[in-house]
Amino acid sequence: MIRSNSRLSRAADIINYCVLILIGIAMLFPFYYMVIVSFSSYADFVQQDMLLWPKTWVLDAYEFILGSKVLFRSIGVTIFVTVAATLFSLLLTAMMAYALARNIMGQRYFLFMILFTFVFSAGIIPTYLVVKETHLLDSIWALIIPSAINSFNLIVMRQFFLSIPNELSEAALIDGANDLQIFSRVILPLSKPSLAAFGLFYAVSNWNAYFNAILYISDPAKWTVQVVLRQIVVLGQTKATLSDAAQMAMAQNPPPTETVGMAAILIATIPILVVYPFLQKHFAKGVMLGAVKG
Amino acid sequence: MVQLRRLWKEKYLYLLLLPGLIYFIVYRYVPMLGNVIAFQDFSPFQGFLHSDWVGMKHFMKIFEDKEVVRVIWNTLYLSFLQILFAFPASVVLSLLLNEVRNGKFKRIVQSIVYLPHFLSWVVVIGIATVFLKTNGVVNQLLHSVFGMEPIAFMQEPGWFMPLIVLEVIWKETGWGTIIFLAALAGVSPALYEAAIVDGANRWRQIWHITLPAIRSTIVILLILRLGSVLDVGFEQIFLMLNPLNKEIGNVLDTFVYFKGIEQSDFSFATAVGLFKSFVGLVLIVGANRLAKRFGEEGVY
Repeated sequence: MIRSNSRLSRAADIINYCVLILIGIAMLFPFYYMVIVSFSSYADFVQQDMLLWPKTWVLDAYEFILGSKVLFRSIGVTIFVTVAATLFSLLLTAMMAYALARNIMGQRYFLFMILFTFVFSAGIIPTYLVVKETHLLDSIWALIIPSAINSFNLIVMRQFFLSIPNELSEAALIDGANDLQIFSRVILPLSKPSLAAFGLFYAVSNWNAYFNAILYISDPAKWTVQVVLRQIVVLGQTKATLSDAAQMAMAQNPPPTETVGMAAILIATIPILVVYPFLQKHFAKGVMLGAVKG
Repeated sequence: MVQLRRLWKEKYLYLLLLPGLIYFIVYRYVPMLGNVIAFQDFSPFQGFLHSDWVGMKHFMKIFEDKEVVRVIWNTLYLSFLQILFAFPASVVLSLLLNEVRNGKFKRIVQSIVYLPHFLSWVVVIGIATVFLKTNGVVNQLLHSVFGMEPIAFMQEPGWFMPLIVLEVIWKETGWGTIIFLAALAGVSPALYEAAIVDGANRWRQIWHITLPAIRSTIVILLILRLGSVLDVGFEQIFLMLNPLNKEIGNVLDTFVYFKGIEQSDFSFATAVGLFKSFVGLVLIVGANRLAKRFGEEGVY
């Protein structure tokens, strides 16, 4: 590629790089601040001696969290919900998407039914009442079943199944396979990479899900990690939420809410950071597929 | 008869369809029908069937209720701010990234700016709470550089809307660039080469090649955004609300939640929610028409 190498163009390049570096710092600095706050001592935090680097690195906040079962129990609940919901969503979405990718009778009406949910949502209250009527209130299944299929993912997955050449299914058909066998033995194995990508996206959204948890769950034993984080960090109710640890720490000075909060966020965010490189491989593809109309 | 035979032939496909179909009916369409309680004085003890029908009573109340009018205004104002500030941020960042020639540098910056999208709102607002505390790092900087008194960002009602927009910019700007960068990846380098031969400087290249390449994407995303002008993000706003900023920050979705779930005023809350869904439907259909009139493909 020819480049214009005028001095002006060079200057523009340098300015552009500087601006992008500043943007990158703006994106990362809150993470950095979170880490150093979580390792700061009470005195340093209160006196603000740890603006960019803690005077002393301490593990008080982490020890405090380890003293409580609450956060780890909520992480356990969230892992269960994430795994169960992701598998359930993937299975339901893939089955429905495949059926709709084949030319079945009434396909148009089924597709309309799905697309209509894009433009008209039932609303919070009636959905809440249905969840209540189906006896899911205060059950962790309320975090799995009512949000099982994301219409957008369904349409994108159908688009993907449509792109698989017909010859493969036809060959299996000639070999005497029925549609169920074609789906489970031909189509699903072929779609593993795509299913993994959809699974990652479902998993991240399940891990981060918060709205359904406050709407449907009131029993603190079934709180997900996001709900516990809100109690600690946003509402500042560290001691009330992690009361078992607070009792143990009564003898010493308990660490400030802020350092405990940042430590809790860090622990709860590690899974996202771990899967991030894998997500990154897929998301450009996901967005592109999404641009294809259903 | 022919249809029955076809149904039998496709029986396994219907079997695959069935669980999803049941899901859609039970959790998406039954609730739509459940909106009838907006026309009742619904009581959970009497249920859908035995509650008293009151016609349009709750809908008439919507515009008489000063709080609802205020909430609608808040929603529209916040949407307007987001379209004005958060939407162009992605376009600008895409243009900056597109000018980077060093592939490695570009990839690193992209990895960094996409990351916040995958954090939950609880995490983002949790960090913001500590970041913006009166003794947090932002106030310290403002104090040491400009000698300013500490500002209670999270409590001051005047800071509510700006913070919401800033948080959206921080979390979603990077993610928003993907679709523009994808459109730009399709631009032939020959266009830029020809422009350079013709003596176009960098600015002119952006103006005459890069921007026209993403114009249709910008138009269609903007129209879609206008179609969902009443959706401003429940989770973020719910988390940011506190007694001090509730008057300025309450939007339609959070209002429905507080009215319906916390105060158990099911019928009125449903009426407000249904009003919102209906306006949303009209807007999105209208926006799609508009997109087609602009010569774009539309979304459905």
